[in-house]
Amino acid sequence: MKIAVASGKGGTGKTTVAINLALSAQQPLQLLDCDVEEPNAHLFLKTTPIHQQIVTIPVPKIDETRCDGCGLCSQFCAFNALVSFGTTPVFEPEMCHGCGGCMRVCPKEAIREIEKRVGIIETSKSGNITLVQGRLDIGVALAPPLIHAVKKEARSDLIIMDAPPGTSCPVIATLREVDFVVLVTEPTPFSLNDLKLAIDVVREIGLSFGVVINRACENDNLVRPYCQTEKIQILAEIPDDRRIAESYAKGIPIIEALPEYKNLFVNLLHKISEAA
Amino acid sequence: MKEIVIISGKGGTGKTSLVASFAILAKNAILADCDVDAADLHLILTPTIKETHEFWSGYEAFIRQGICEGCGTCMDLCRFNAIKETKTPKGNYTYHVDPISCEGCGVCVRFCPKSAIEFNEQLCGKWMISETRAGMMVHAKLGIAAENSGKLVATVRQEALRLAKETKCEMILIDGPPGIGCPVIAAVTGASEVVIITEPTLSGAHDLKRVLDLTKHFSIPAFVCVNKWDICPDMTEQIEKQATSSGATILGRICYDNTVTQAQKEVKAVVETNAPSANDIREIWNKLLHHHQIEKEKH
Ligand code: SF4
Ligand code: SF4
Repeated sequence: MKIAVASGKGGTGKTTVAINLALSAQQPLQLLDCDVEEPNAHLFLKTTPIHQQIVTIPVPKIDETRCDGCGLCSQFCAFNALVSFGTTPVFEPEMCHGCGGCMRVCPKEAIREIEKRVGIIETSKSGNITLVQGRLDIGVALAPPLIHAVKKEARSDLIIMDAPPGTSCPVIATLREVDFVVLVTEPTPFSLNDLKLAIDVVREIGLSFGVVINRACENDNLVRPYCQTEKIQILAEIPDDRRIAESYAKGIPIIEALPEYKNLFVNLLHKISEAA
Repeated sequence: MKEIVIISGKGGTGKTSLVASFAILAKNAILADCDVDAADLHLILTPTIKETHEFWSGYEAFIRQGICEGCGTCMDLCRFNAIKETKTPKGNYTYHVDPISCEGCGVCVRFCPKSAIEFNEQLCGKWMISETRAGMMVHAKLGIAAENSGKLVATVRQEALRLAKETKCEMILIDGPPGIGCPVIAAVTGASEVVIITEPTLSGAHDLKRVLDLTKHFSIPAFVCVNKWDICPDMTEQIEKQATSSGATILGRICYDNTVTQAQKEVKAVVETNAPSANDIREIWNKLLHHHQIEKEKH
């Protein structure tokens, strides 16, 4: 089973939920940190490194002695990564998606492909949990190729993924082909707004999902009523407990700092397995 | 002209609340919400929309079934696994494009031996110019599961710049996206300065470091403020030290204040309420202005 933990808005407790879910599972599992722009899961787990793997995408390399400046490659490139003024094109690596089209259209066979590094995948282990974390290199614009590479490492029966925030390409790359999405939100106007956007995306992709309310309060007149009218399952509510915030600040998982919350996450995992 | 981008690396550190307050304090800046895939600034500034524009960007491939002969060339060539194959009862194959995976590179379109593939421009969202109580605002909404958020960010910035020039406005305040990838790069490259708001947690410190590496990479002056600093004063100090040594300027600290959500509910910027953190935000704003003054005198 593949479970993704996501949230339209960042900082709602997505990583917290992913970590504590992983820690409350009774079986070996992989935790995939797909928030490759700001991977945080490793801060909460004392893991032993196993291996590292550099991730690259193929990008064009133009042989100037063969190029006659026809500009066909630059006309072809849908992402404006090649700029030609009747000369050998200038290549803008941040724009390139690595589609290979320019190499195929070049009539002079002047383009070959070289590998460009976009990030790194670090695999490490702690108890039952194998953490697979992607880390995007600084200055690299496109996260999806790295996210796909992280997802390729998925092997175990139970997979928990920490998704990036937002609703655009990186989130979609993460959510494709998962069995269940846990959307973490808070009872604030901003979070509710972003939750609605995230739900639009999850519905568009056609995935089953449920909501976890973090920093829940008694008089929540935002998220709870919304979920009730929309008939969305509230899977769990994590109370607004200052001790949780403090343990989070120090990078200690809730169920280690405050064992009384262990049941909450065990039940959450149970509910997810039933719903998925 | 000052183009100031407020970002946070990690989301949820109070970025949009800070932008809304800055907008009120600036009185007459042009505002740009570049957090296009989860825009929230409009929830506080309640814009009255004056203009709406469609945002067309990028392409998507579409296989015309009548013309496709099922050779499968497209599937071999597509590097994004966007071509899906289905076996028919007769035993041959049909192909179609999965719109969510298609990146719109056009390789299949170009190399289909039957020219069976259409390449259509995509409607990826919309952008708006609005009036708010704090000045003109450019904002956007990315289409559901749409691509090209980076280009939408660039469009919003461009329009804000145009408005600022037209109205002879000296300042643009930009609510930036989270992360360090394409939308953030589109929001910060070429900007005058970046204000980063973080919080004293391990994750906050970690994400701040990545964002500072990014601003350094693009040589943009960075300012840092720590929100909820009193949750962990030691960590705050550590973060400030780390930021200073990477060349950033510390603007100040904002105290932990649970009335911020109340301000959101009342559709007010924090500085429009009596929230305890309002003064901290004013001080940070004044410090930023002071910096601009010093800079001006230097020139
Ligand atoms: S590989 Fe594709 S995206 Fe990259 S430069 Fe060539 S045509 Fe453009
Ligand atoms: S346009 Fe490119 S990404 Fe889309 S289906 Fe064709 S080859 Fe694949």
